[in-house]
Amino acid sequence: MAANEKLMLELRSVSHVYVGRQGASLAVEDMSLMVARGEFISLVGPSGCGKTTVLSLLAGLFPPASGQILMGGRPVEKPSAKVGYMLQQDCLLPWRTIRDNAALGLQIGGVSTAQAHAAAERLLEEVGLAGTGTRYPGELSGGMRQRVALARTLAPNPEVLLLDEPFSALDMHIKMQLEDLVQATLRKLGKTAVLVTHDLAEAAAMSDRVLVLGRDPGHIRTELQVPEELRVLPPTEARKHPAFQAVFDALWEEMGADEKDGGNSA
Amino acid sequence: MSELELLGGSSSPGNRGGGNGRENGDVSNGSGSVKGSGNGNGSGLGSGGRGHHRGRRPKLSSNADSGWLEEIHRRYLSRQRRTSAAVLSVQLLLLAAFLGLWEAAGRLRWVDPLLFSYPTKIANLLASSSLDGSLWPHVGVTVAETASGFLLGTLVGTALAALLWWFPFLARVCDPYLVVFNSLPKVALGPIFIVALGQGFLSILAVTLTMTVIVTTIGIYNRFRDMEPGLVKVVRLLGGSRWQLFRLVILPGSFPVIISTLKVNVGLAWVGVIVGEFLVAKEGLGYLIIYGFQVFNFTLVLSTLVVIAAAATLMYQGVALMEKRLVSGGREN
Repeated sequence: MAANEKLMLELRSVSHVYVGRQGASLAVEDMSLMVARGEFISLVGPSGCGKTTVLSLLAGLFPPASGQILMGGRPVEKPSAKVGYMLQQDCLLPWRTIRDNAALGLQIGGVSTAQAHAAAERLLEEVGLAGTGTRYPGELSGGMRQRVALARTLAPNPEVLLLDEPFSALDMHIKMQLEDLVQATLRKLGKTAVLVTHDLAEAAAMSDRVLVLGRDPGHIRTELQVPEELRVLPPTEARKHPAFQAVFDALWEEMGADEKDGGNSA
Repeated sequence: MSELELLGGSSSPGNRGGGNGRENGDVSNGSGSVKGSGNGNGSGLGSGGRGHHRGRRPKLSSNADSGWLEEIHRRYLSRQRRTSAAVLSVQLLLLAAFLGLWEAAGRLRWVDPLLFSYPTKIANLLASSSLDGSLWPHVGVTVAETASGFLLGTLVGTALAALLWWFPFLARVCDPYLVVFNSLPKVALGPIFIVALGQGFLSILAVTLTMTVIVTTIGIYNRFRDMEPGLVKVVRLLGGSRWQLFRLVILPGSFPVIISTLKVNVGLAWVGVIVGEFLVAKEGLGYLIIYGFQVFNFTLVLSTLVVIAAAATLMYQGVALMEKRLVSGGREN
């Protein structure tokens, strides 16, 4: 029972098929996965390994072709406020002020305007954007906009955060700042997070556990536990830690092995 | 803005004066002080003005840092202004030449004045008909028909587009019919409207709507459908319903397109209304044209055209102004 309490997300032998005019293609095959409450996991792998498909399935954007997806023990059926999703692009609505953008999720959830605005302002302060509430997205830099997107994602107080390469379009410097901010915020609020990324260093620096996916069709190749001493550090510090290189190398090797596999099977 | 223009305005002669001043020494005291006052609107007037008395060197070097960017900007502004002035004067010249030539051609019988009239004759007619008030009811009727035509056309078109967006199946079903109806010359339906709706406002409005609604529907529906997928995804991921998606993203995101469609519809509505009035009306500007044609009064026809041009331009500018107001707010992207 205690184990179930701790379990936040679960995939039970999930497969997914994309159907188009050309035919049906298997994107994810028989994937099983458990994520504990408060855990931060990363999915890395070559393109076409189904990373984003897994994230969309977790978000409830579409149902899996077979298998089960559970959140807190209940099947995921459609997108809900319990799951926050951060996209690669900030996707702010250009005609809304920063505050109105941050309050979007609350507004959709039916929270009164005054309350939503107050909550949005509070979160904007938390992500380091105090005083920008009345400005428009076009006036902000890319990093600031992605911070607004983070505030918008956190505003409905989701239990799970799905991060779909949210830092990949940013400059290195801004990216590392945001990695620290996101990890610190999620840890403070005790959120569960699933990060999809191309960046092995990012995965190693941010997560508690890294899953390496293989492609054709997408499956879990291997799983790597990040050592405790890295996990407790913020990502920028973790990158400097002596133990970091070993984790990175292990991930690198797994990715390389996958490429060789792909070559053989093709 | 006005300060900027002022600055640029005094600068173009001032610059040249200042330049001369440096080379010619004391001779050009006057032009040197012009430069000083020109600078004053920008920044370092005081020092510049004083420096003039003492000697040129210190002023030159102190200005060299902050001044030369300003100077480039000033030169840029004055170049821009000169181009605009040139364009405007050529435009006025063309208009004057056209009117003068027309006047001469009419009075000297190069062309038949019965057919082509001439400007002063038209102006006289316009003056008398607007002073005795006989013109205004016609203007009022036509403007009312046109305004209701383009407003209603845009409104109905947007509503239909929303319906198509809401029911994708309906959109696929309607697609070929929309294409056919869009390419049909709708004016040809005029006689049917006259019989069905009577000789009057309703028939004219119907002709106008057939011209505006379908184009509007197609244009706005395409915008609805092609809305940035990321913005749509965000609302879906936040658990938004289809109605919320429409209200929060689709409609506000299409606002600029709706307004620009409104602008296109102003032009279409004028065509619809004038044609409609040709067919049925007992008053209105289209009626005046047909009447003038029937009694062979081409001065009346041409003067009505002038009124239509003026009214249509005013209406278009009004909508353009509204567009500026509504769309400028915060749209920086």
